[in-house]
Amino acid sequence: MSMLILPELGEGIEKATVACWHYKEGDGVQKGDDVVEVVTDKASFNIASEASGILRKILVKDGEQANIGAALGIIESS
Amino acid sequence: MQSSIQTRTWEVRDLGLIDYDAMYQIQRQCVDEVLQGGRQRLLLCEHPAIITLGRMSNEMHIIDRQGIKQAGIRVVSIDRGGDVTLHAPGQLVVYPILDLVVYGRDLKRYLYKLEQVAIDLLNSLGIVANRISGKTGVFSGPDKIVSLGIGVRRWIVFHGMAINVNTDLALFDLIKPCGLDVRMTSIADIKGERIAIEEVKENFIRCFGHRFDAPAQGLPR
Repeated sequence: MSMLILPELGEGIEKATVACWHYKEGDGVQKGDDVVEVVTDKASFNIASEASGILRKILVKDGEQANIGAALGIIESS
Repeated sequence: MQSSIQTRTWEVRDLGLIDYDAMYQIQRQCVDEVLQGGRQRLLLCEHPAIITLGRMSNEMHIIDRQGIKQAGIRVVSIDRGGDVTLHAPGQLVVYPILDLVVYGRDLKRYLYKLEQVAIDLLNSLGIVANRISGKTGVFSGPDKIVSLGIGVRRWIVFHGMAINVNTDLALFDLIKPCGLDVRMTSIADIKGERIAIEEVKENFIRCFGHRFDAPAQGLPR
């Protein structure tokens, strides 16, 4: 299992909103693929998978907010 | 301004007037090159008139759909932060393709530095420019002159900043720029005369270098 974590994006940025998932649950992803895009005020930020496997669970859906450090999804490593 | 302990780690490429989609492909290609260890880029260009919707766009901020249709202006959704904006000839658009690992992995600090480059540029042209608290961008008094919006992939930044030089400001009536109730202005509007965009480009590259040239040593990759 590998978590897609919302990383620190800079000082004073405590939250981000999920703009879109590039994959759906059950899709295969490769290590390094951009899996989910989050947005802050003027920036969109792609989060890449750190492992190859299956996107097993989307924890934070499009349009929902998450705190920095939160898990956005779960990758089941292959 | 470049001191002896600073080094330029990015390369300037001026694309002139170029279609938005073609430029987007060039940006993506440059991002891939930087990811593979290639040089960072500062891309400069102008676009034919186009309206772009960032990830935070509200459709209500497209004000005059009929006018947009009549003018034959395309509206496209793109992968940058921010709301709706407009590009048109006479506007200098800059796309720095930089590795933000080098510049501190901080989106706010990067945007702040980019704004500062625009303020430095406008000052160099004799225009007093300012930030307005809570509104990203650069203003001359209450009027907005520079808009920003970025995308980031594995800490490589793309998209960037649009500076109104000789832009036809009437085009901004078609939208609510960045979702703000704000009047847009331009360098020409403030100075009361058109200014050669080439001169603005030269000044911009110098101002950008002043803020973004990196220390010669200790550049992490």
